[in-house]
Amino acid sequence: MFAFIISRVLQAIPVMAAVALISFAMFAYVGDPVSIMLGQDFTEAQRQALIASLGLDQPFFVQFAKFVANAARGEFGLSYRLSRPVAELIAERAPATLELALCAAVIAMCVGVPMGVYTGLYRHSWLSRFFLTFSLVGVSLPTFLIGILLILVFSVWLGWLPSFGRGDVVQLGWWSTGFLTVSGLKALILPSITLGLFQLTLIMRLVRAEMLEVLRTDYIKFARARGLPNRAVHFGHALKNTLVPVITIAGLQLGGIIAFAIVTETVFQWPGMGLLFIQSVSAADIPVMAAYLMLIALVFVAINLVVDLLYYLVDPRLRVDRAAAKGA
Amino acid sequence: MPVVQEPPPGRGGAVLEVRNLRVEFPTRRGTLVALDDISFDIAPGEVLGVVGESGAGKSMTGAAIIGLLEPPGRIAGGQILLNGRRIDNLPYEQMRRIRGREIGAIFQDPLTTLNPLYTVGRQLIETIQTHLGLSDADARKRAIGWLEMVGIPAAAQRVDSYPHEFSGGMRQRVVIALALCAEPKLIVADEPTTALDVSIQAQVIALLKGLARDKGTAMMLVTHDMGVIAETADRVAVMYAGRIAEIGAVRAVVKHPSHPYSRGLMASIPPLDRRVEHLAQIDGAMPRLSAIPQGCAFNPRCPEVFARCRRERPELLEAGGTRAACWLYDPASEKRAAETMQHG
Ligand SMILES: Nc1ncnc2c1ncn2[C@@H]1O[C@H](COP(=O)(O)OP(=O)(O)OP(=O)(O)O)[C@@H](O)[C@H]1O
Ligand code: SF4
Ligand SMILES: [Mg+2]
Repeated sequence: MFAFIISRVLQAIPVMAAVALISFAMFAYVGDPVSIMLGQDFTEAQRQALIASLGLDQPFFVQFAKFVANAARGEFGLSYRLSRPVAELIAERAPATLELALCAAVIAMCVGVPMGVYTGLYRHSWLSRFFLTFSLVGVSLPTFLIGILLILVFSVWLGWLPSFGRGDVVQLGWWSTGFLTVSGLKALILPSITLGLFQLTLIMRLVRAEMLEVLRTDYIKFARARGLPNRAVHFGHALKNTLVPVITIAGLQLGGIIAFAIVTETVFQWPGMGLLFIQSVSAADIPVMAAYLMLIALVFVAINLVVDLLYYLVDPRLRVDRAAAKGA
Repeated sequence: MPVVQEPPPGRGGAVLEVRNLRVEFPTRRGTLVALDDISFDIAPGEVLGVVGESGAGKSMTGAAIIGLLEPPGRIAGGQILLNGRRIDNLPYEQMRRIRGREIGAIFQDPLTTLNPLYTVGRQLIETIQTHLGLSDADARKRAIGWLEMVGIPAAAQRVDSYPHEFSGGMRQRVVIALALCAEPKLIVADEPTTALDVSIQAQVIALLKGLARDKGTAMMLVTHDMGVIAETADRVAVMYAGRIAEIGAVRAVVKHPSHPYSRGLMASIPPLDRRVEHLAQIDGAMPRLSAIPQGCAFNPRCPEVFARCRRERPELLEAGGTRAACWLYDPASEKRAAETMQHG
């Protein structure tokens, strides 16, 4: 088990290195931080001093090594736009994005899995057909359009829910949460539906396809032939066997939810990392962009690791195969 | 000279009586008749072997009996009686209680019939508790007992193992334990050894037969292996294109088959070839369900075919110790005299 984690962490290193290289390349080749930071009036001496202080006169590999060393410590320097440490900015914005992503993921799982099971079991019922049609809409409508439609209906017409922002937040140490106030919870509803809808329909279709597959297997026929009640056959034997692929996809989708929160955060002016990223892009604020990229890559790698561990817990065959492979 | 007379259908005291069973598959291009006019019964403790080429309807018959025909397949006629009680028209929930409790089923491939994510113990315990309502501890004890009975060594430890930790033969033993653990009075075993290594087939069949004998369990045993039939079965049904071609005592059918198809089947038993895909003695292949010829379904391949065979379909007729669906055995057939001289 421990060796398994280590091997997975080692496998993640090249991925992170590649992302680091891209981030660094942005620093080195996109935009000109010196002229951005110096503004209009400067002397050549000032320029040279700044270049030296940023380390831009050093060879490529030295610069890259420095960048990686700093990144590993969470240091990405100062934001060009806000002149504050990038790590601080991100830490400020992270809770908003993570709470939003969590709500979206919970909605996607808690609604997507039962809908998938239902449509798999009762393929021909009209409700199943309705779900499937609905899922097509979820997959094919772009996120920003769904967000705007929801705002139109629930904020503009009905006036039930706020159309932007996080509502009131409560500060718990450095973490700011919207879960503890009514306005905070209300503000979460529309963005998390918008963000989760795509994953919800994806999970539903995946669970449905897996259910149909599993229900055809011999062990399900045998479970029925043994006289087990439908409840045990469907929700025990069948559902558990669909979970392995569902965990993978859902896990990877969680990474996607965090990464693609950008659009939702923009539509709802949600003060998270995605919005910060978009603002940084328009201001060519490269340290923030680089830090965001590295963070998202880290999230994907971490989620992959967790998914692999879950696999390990769900599927006994993996445990033994690994043990056998180690013995051999 | 065959002496055992095949009893007519409808004798009392049978565990299973199948009467004129007809199974249909509605399709877009019309209704396929997968089983037609199947009648047989199995007495307590008796083993009925079922043989026939691939696609003859053997598995379909088993599925109809356990009430698990795959939709859109449905029983379109006839009756199935278990201990005298009609079971072919029961609601799902009532039939579910019968499955496992009164009819046990064994499938072909032990590698795929066990749920890979549950320990064998859990699968046994849930089956036992479903039907016998024992406490967790008692059900577990019983599960271990059954693993011992089917010859799993160190059953008390192995009960917590997952299916993939067993060999194919051991898994089929577990499947047998699962089919028998609520002590059903009838077992439907569909090619229980076909997927197994040749070297362990005999052991598994011996185990199955031994347990059935000890518990007085009746069995419908589908197999391609005539050796298994000869050793295990009391009676044999030969199926062809969804119907029974011949049925009778095992000695009579194997040693002195009456139906021309059975003769070809028995003559084409190569000692090593386990699966009878093509019959050495009879050219051609079994017709598809959508293209069953008029009259006797076997007539395009039959070496003894005569005019009547192409017009009318034969019912099961007395045929010297067995019952065969063949016009050769109809006293009214014009060709009968000549044929009996040739083959008698
Ligand atoms: N869903 C279906 N729709 C239409 N026909 C079907 C369907 N399932 C099976 N059949 C047909 O029913 C017939 C009987 O099949 P069955 O599986 O009972 O054969 P079998 O005798 O068990 O053969 P095998 O030795 O290969 O196991 C076959 O001709 C098959 O093509
Ligand atoms: S009825 Fe005719 S065609 Fe059919 S098996 Fe008998 S002899 Fe052959
Ligand atoms: Mg079959």
